[in-house]
Amino acid sequence: MLSRTLRSARWAAPLRVTANSYATARRTVTTDAASAHAEKSAVPAEDDKQFTVSLSPESFENYKIDGPSTELSVSKNELKEMYLNMVTIRRMEMAADKLYKEKKIRGFCHLSTGQEAVAVGIERAITPEDQVITAYRCHGFALMRGASVKSIIGELLGRRDGIAFGKGGSMHMFCKGFYGGNGIVGAQVPVGAGIGFAMKYMGRKNTTFALYGDGASNQGQVFEAYNMAKLWDIPVIFACENNKYGMGTAANRSSALTEYYKRGQYIPGLKVNGMDVLAVKQASAWAKEYTTSGAGPMVMEFVTYRYGGHSMSDPGTTYRTREEVQRMRSTQDPIQGLKQKILDWGIVSEEDIKALEKQAKQMVDKEVKEAEEAPFPESSPGNLFEDIYVPGSEPDFMKGRTLEETHYYSKKA
Amino acid sequence: MFARRKPGFPSGFAEQGVAHEPACHALRPCATDADPGKRKLNIPIDYAASSYLAQTSQAAFKNHELPASLRTSSKTKRMNLFQAINDALATILETDEKACIFGEDVAFGGVFRCTMGLTERFGSERVFNTPLTEQGIIGFAIGMSAQGHTALPEIQFADYLFPSFDQLHNEASKMRYRTASAKAFNSGHFVVRMPTGAVGHGALYHSQSPEGFFAGTQGLRVIIPRGPIQAKGLLIAAARGPDPVVFMEPKLLYRAAVEEVPVGEYELPIDTAEVLQRGKHITLVSWGAMVYVCEVAARAAKERLGVDVEVIDLRAIRPWDKATVKDSVDKTGRCVVVHEASRTGGIGEGIAAEIQERSFLKLEAPVQRVTGWDVHVPLIFENFMIPDVASKFP
Ligand SMILES: Cc1ncc(C[n+]2csc(CCOP(=O)(O)OP(=O)(O)O)c2C)c(N)n1
Ligand SMILES: [Mg+2]
Repeated sequence: MLSRTLRSARWAAPLRVTANSYATARRTVTTDAASAHAEKSAVPAEDDKQFTVSLSPESFENYKIDGPSTELSVSKNELKEMYLNMVTIRRMEMAADKLYKEKKIRGFCHLSTGQEAVAVGIERAITPEDQVITAYRCHGFALMRGASVKSIIGELLGRRDGIAFGKGGSMHMFCKGFYGGNGIVGAQVPVGAGIGFAMKYMGRKNTTFALYGDGASNQGQVFEAYNMAKLWDIPVIFACENNKYGMGTAANRSSALTEYYKRGQYIPGLKVNGMDVLAVKQASAWAKEYTTSGAGPMVMEFVTYRYGGHSMSDPGTTYRTREEVQRMRSTQDPIQGLKQKILDWGIVSEEDIKALEKQAKQMVDKEVKEAEEAPFPESSPGNLFEDIYVPGSEPDFMKGRTLEETHYYSKKA
Repeated sequence: MFARRKPGFPSGFAEQGVAHEPACHALRPCATDADPGKRKLNIPIDYAASSYLAQTSQAAFKNHELPASLRTSSKTKRMNLFQAINDALATILETDEKACIFGEDVAFGGVFRCTMGLTERFGSERVFNTPLTEQGIIGFAIGMSAQGHTALPEIQFADYLFPSFDQLHNEASKMRYRTASAKAFNSGHFVVRMPTGAVGHGALYHSQSPEGFFAGTQGLRVIIPRGPIQAKGLLIAAARGPDPVVFMEPKLLYRAAVEEVPVGEYELPIDTAEVLQRGKHITLVSWGAMVYVCEVAARAAKERLGVDVEVIDLRAIRPWDKATVKDSVDKTGRCVVVHEASRTGGIGEGIAAEIQERSFLKLEAPVQRVTGWDVHVPLIFENFMIPDVASKFP
């Protein structure tokens, strides 16, 4: 369904790249979350032993590269962990949704329900030394990069225990190897190229995922970043999460070329089934390998879907049909898809699934409760003025609303 | 690009989590040690009781800036700020066939509903969505304007202005100067609209008041309306004027500020300030949402201290009306400039300096400023960030 819409927009493509194109017959990436295949008999008894899973031949589309193999090696443990991760993200997003509706979270809040496979699949393909930067739809990425549910929900609730002391809110989360959480659409993309350059400069075999949306892909900065990255062969993966809409505007109404993976023109591209966590992992691992080999950047496109509205105040049903949302939810869900596969392959029983789901629920519930119980920050000038400059490097004072409110840094508040 | 779009977001989308709590920010005690007696002044602003909004038709037509013809013949309609802006945009499109509106999601009415229904009424050739491309939007508008069009681009939030800052500061503002006023290159009939200011929970990227960044931009006009009547008249005048205009709409007021707005077209001067109330002891200079906080502070000063406050709505921020402000300060001998933006780099700096230069011998006290803090707007402290009544209280 999703792919059909994208295809119908192709007539608008101004250019067809043919030279140097390794792309063979035009294929369409599936968004089937349960399209991988494994022989039950090939599944080993041991939890940590690798075995082979075949991804759907429609998992990827390549541009100017051969692309990854559809044969993926995983272990049972890893599959269970992926399942647990995706369920945890969804639970956390649902908790945020509830807190928002209870008016405990205010302001902007963008949920990634439906897009969990992207954050989880990428994380399974990289190490803590690799880097990730994204836009404001960032809760899942923050969690995968090591932030706790408490620190994420605490941030939404504006608590001192929040990951940015409650000062940033939903859009601004940072932790080791994760550069946010960015509110200005597109601004994170050249930042990602700079992070990638540093990897290369330091001689590290690490890559950077610079994520952005289908809407963001039209910002000029994105193209400026592409050029720098290719010019200097920077290990950066420009990863477009194509969830079909930028706010209320459908991709084909904002983008002259909706094949986002080809938008690097002179940069190889890879389009991926973003609803299948296994395909995401395989493609991301391949892209990491490619970008750290010295070959330069890569453009990726994860075909995915957001179930909810753009943000909490958008019901998400005026610019797309309820049927469309329902169809994606019921037939292409990344969590249901993986669940079906690991049940089919005999990796888990129904009881195991329940246990994993309970584990996620209990963890999220506990941390959400702790976040809610955490105190609000004291509204002191000390809290207000901290972190504008590095302690010790600040000016002697900074100004408040009136002269009397001038804050002197030395006079510890 | 010009295909007809499905109209209409429901109200929830339009709010973007904003504007339904009237002046919630004035509620909270401020972060510092304002004495409890003063803190009690920080009650919610009651816009329905404000004398700065025309609560009746008669009040609306008391405005001497309105054209006489309108004042004798016309009717009024109750509108909030976004409705008045919508009305102004419709008037501009109706009377100027070369006028076009474009921006992110404007064909659906925009995040704050200012362009509601305009695509349906005027067609998608004239009111259309753009991709996410602020720099592109403004450059595109400059090109259209140079060709004699009236370009009415929208930047979804003033905080997103910066990718387009080059186009405004370097391109639009210098167009006439660098082309030696070549007649072929129009640089006016160009108004970029954008919601500005804090609402209580917009945080780092949705609550800023960036008008101060234009303090160093010659050739642009910057306008901030305080309410529906003003917004309509100023917006129509701006669109017909020969200079590029940045029109910043206080998003807190989109729903909160309601008044009787004259039906039909009228313009208001885009280069003068408006004296909102006369007084002899002290002059408050402000604009946008802050004028209502000034009104409450002025009332309290009168009641508690017997101080007679003159309140000036600057409304034209760049260039600003120095004569009106000077006349007032020469009379009162005291002046406080009030704005929501940070103190450093805020427009108040320039105003204070100018008054000091022009009225030095008449001043009884240094010009004071009550402003936002020199801090990024933090989610959890946003309510503390904004000047409140207590902070203005002498
Ligand atoms: C420079 C800038 N312009 C506009 C916005 C408002 N805005 C926030 S998200 C968004 C849509 C982005 O869509 P997309 O890139 O597809 O990401 P998605 O929300 O689908 O994850 C818009 C217009 C912004 N935050 N920054
Ligand atoms: Mg999108």
